[in-house]
Amino acid sequence: MNSFQIVVCGSIVPDPLQTLEPVAGPTGPALKNEMMLPAVLDPWAAHSLYEAANLAKQFPGSKVYLVSLGPKAKLQQVMMTVGQKVPFELVAIDGPASGFTDSEEVAGALAAAIEALPGIDKTKLLLFGGWESASRGAGSTMQIVGELLGITDQFQGVDRITVRPDGSFEVLERIEGGKHQVSECKSAPAVLGWATGYLGEPRNDPQVGMMNMRGIMPSLQKAKPAQIANDGLSFLKVELPKQQRTTRIVKDASADEIAQEIAEWIAKD
Amino acid sequence: MHREPKEPVIDRQSLEVDIACGGFGPAMGGFLTTLSKKLAECETPPESKAMPGMPLQVICYERADDVGFGVSGVVTRARGIRNSFPDFDASQIPMATPVVNEKVLYLLDPIGASRRSATLRLGDKLLRSLKNVIPGFDHDALELPYTPEFLKKHDGFILSIGQFNQWVGNQLLNSGNVQIWPGMPVKKALFEKNRVAGIRLVDQGVDKQGNPEAGFMAGMDIKAALTVVGDGPVGPVGRELDEVFGMPSGHHVRDWAVGMKAVVSLPEGVDLPAGTVFHMMGYPEPEIFGFFYVHPDRMASVGIFVPSWFDSPVRTAYRYLQHFMLHPYLWRYLDGATLLSWGAKSLQESGKQGEPYLAGNGYARIGEGSGSTNVLTGSGVDEAWTTGTLLADGVFELLRTGKPFTRENLEAAYVERRRRSWVEKEGRVAEHARDGFQRGFIQGLIGMGLAGLTGGRISLHANIKEPHERIQEPEDYFRGKFSHEEIEAIRKRCLATNQSLHDALMDACGWPAIPFDGKLLITHQDALLVGGKVQAAAGYADHVVFLQPEVCRFCGSKTCIEICSGQAITQGDSGTPAFDREKCVHCGACLWNCSQEIEKGKTNIAFRAGAGGLHSAQN
Repeated sequence: MNSFQIVVCGSIVPDPLQTLEPVAGPTGPALKNEMMLPAVLDPWAAHSLYEAANLAKQFPGSKVYLVSLGPKAKLQQVMMTVGQKVPFELVAIDGPASGFTDSEEVAGALAAAIEALPGIDKTKLLLFGGWESASRGAGSTMQIVGELLGITDQFQGVDRITVRPDGSFEVLERIEGGKHQVSECKSAPAVLGWATGYLGEPRNDPQVGMMNMRGIMPSLQKAKPAQIANDGLSFLKVELPKQQRTTRIVKDASADEIAQEIAEWIAKD
Repeated sequence: MHREPKEPVIDRQSLEVDIACGGFGPAMGGFLTTLSKKLAECETPPESKAMPGMPLQVICYERADDVGFGVSGVVTRARGIRNSFPDFDASQIPMATPVVNEKVLYLLDPIGASRRSATLRLGDKLLRSLKNVIPGFDHDALELPYTPEFLKKHDGFILSIGQFNQWVGNQLLNSGNVQIWPGMPVKKALFEKNRVAGIRLVDQGVDKQGNPEAGFMAGMDIKAALTVVGDGPVGPVGRELDEVFGMPSGHHVRDWAVGMKAVVSLPEGVDLPAGTVFHMMGYPEPEIFGFFYVHPDRMASVGIFVPSWFDSPVRTAYRYLQHFMLHPYLWRYLDGATLLSWGAKSLQESGKQGEPYLAGNGYARIGEGSGSTNVLTGSGVDEAWTTGTLLADGVFELLRTGKPFTRENLEAAYVERRRRSWVEKEGRVAEHARDGFQRGFIQGLIGMGLAGLTGGRISLHANIKEPHERIQEPEDYFRGKFSHEEIEAIRKRCLATNQSLHDALMDACGWPAIPFDGKLLITHQDALLVGGKVQAAAGYADHVVFLQPEVCRFCGSKTCIEICSGQAITQGDSGTPAFDREKCVHCGACLWNCSQEIEKGKTNIAFRAGAGGLHSAQN
């Protein structure tokens, strides 16, 4: 039976529904009160982590690493929740996690951390992550990490991986028009940038939490700072999507009327 | 007699730890901080008995999805906190700042809709007629010439409890001596003969009624030599212990309040210094107290307390909060402000009178649920924190000497420490300080003043009724103002249009419509989304349950709907209220606002352990 070394790249984003306000910081754009906002594991990366754990369970001897670049204090907080979900070994890198960082530099820091993993074997390596991030949808980081690690088989918008006994696998990738593309890959290594997959969020498991915590805190304590200079990156303008909350209480409106109003509202933008 | 359904027999996993803790708030922060420091300083720290060869296993489970999602408008003297952190530097915690300016204000009614007694109206009239000669009269408010000593927080701090909890949580995790797991509600205590043997976590992967469905995971049993209960005033474990072990003679939990607050970004040009504190009373109703605290970076907390002795059956914290903010004294600062955060919580205002048994075989209780809140000084965080530190001192002593966590040992090591503490001393002064409010607003103020100025030797005692005994039908409460027919017509209209009865009756009483500005004055539902960021993951049972639906059908007041801080309880089609877990902020106000007693000391609403709720850490 094959086993894999599944490395998940995933960082943190503000918890959903937080009010985000871009401001000009000393090193470029930032979010107002960013350190005060509660954070969660990036939802796209979270899907890939759950898929990784599910795959690892099917192939005994597999191991899941979560390589995460973010402010150490915030990572620590998020790990209190994520740590209860599935078993993984955390590799923490202390640095910015906002959507205003240069994806190439982030990818460089991630690739270096992955290269430095003790016992990493690229013939068993599946590199997982989100195909984009909730804080920025450039969709480039995972591709660059793969390139830096010399992994040429890359899939983006992945919803499913089916591994065969010989180690080859089939990948379901999202493509234009709401369809999936089926790809075949002979073996690891490969990069899989995940869309949502088909797994629900795992339940919080106290035993998983206790097991993970033994590795999480030492990893956070020895987290190395990442040098993300953002050199060569300039932002011409940062603004939030135009959005105006208007709430009305309407009773007994038909589905057609509601749909019509929503369509008109969308057309305004 | 109502009996909760027996739990089905499920093969549950269990985990052995040394100390299991339920609820992460200031009290648990104090407990874990102190214990963690003592373990770190100890040359030969005690070994785990649950996991031999390992360090002591101390695990805390918190209901909310993050340790920073607690809500409280806090100005605190922080004596206990500073004792734990001698180099406490407020600048290290976002939104924290020392108090620089403190005022007590009496707010007059600027619109004439407030339900004031004739005496109070006369007093207001007198004040207005003398406003040009009375010092301190400003924008329909009277600044008291001095702040009574017992209310002063001048040497303290303004905090965001959310940010403070996050900071404490990070310190604790850094220590590596304890584990804190949020998003994991504790369902109940585990009992073995006459001792508490640990806690049971909630089931996951269940439907609204708690029946297993896809992804079912039975709540795990966490067995421990010591269970520390700090799950707050409406926590299920604390209330279960009250039910199982009873309360000490003469003690009862009958005084409550729902505190609701907003954190706002003040408009440009408002130059109130960070550290400004206003304690306020008199408006929107005389029974409702309010506060306004200025944080750094032009942020402010503004909120009110709606107490159980406010007899209106159509009480609503949200609309009253809006009228409070619109009072001219505050509105001059708030006009143009933007809502950043919003939330609500119940306060156990019985204080010392509501103190349960603080320790028993295998368990100890700390924090607000242990009766630590000081109802005279209006302080709870400092007291709660300190009770945690006192327990940690006692627990460490027992660990060091190898003594088991029996009732006798915990009483000697913890309860005795508590009896010698300032929390106890000040709690005794405050014990009957608020009883006067059972008789009326002015009597309440007199009672507080007497208790505060005489060190508790004199106060106005009163027979404190249970909250459900105070709740009247709207027809009785508004007698003389509206006829039965008028109220019935309003009620029918509300049912037909799905409008809140409290809104309609407040309109009828002359309260003006809220001039929504889309920034600070927004609908209740928008406050849930924009301010509280309220969310609830699927897979958990409803935690608010109407035990006997037929009783609700014949309930005329349905105060649970009117008081609900999140509009999570609404009119149901069958006459029984409907509950929407995704809107619940877990304030627990429904628990003590049910007017229907189904057996002695038990009303028709069960408030159980539940997941989700507020997702704002700026509260």
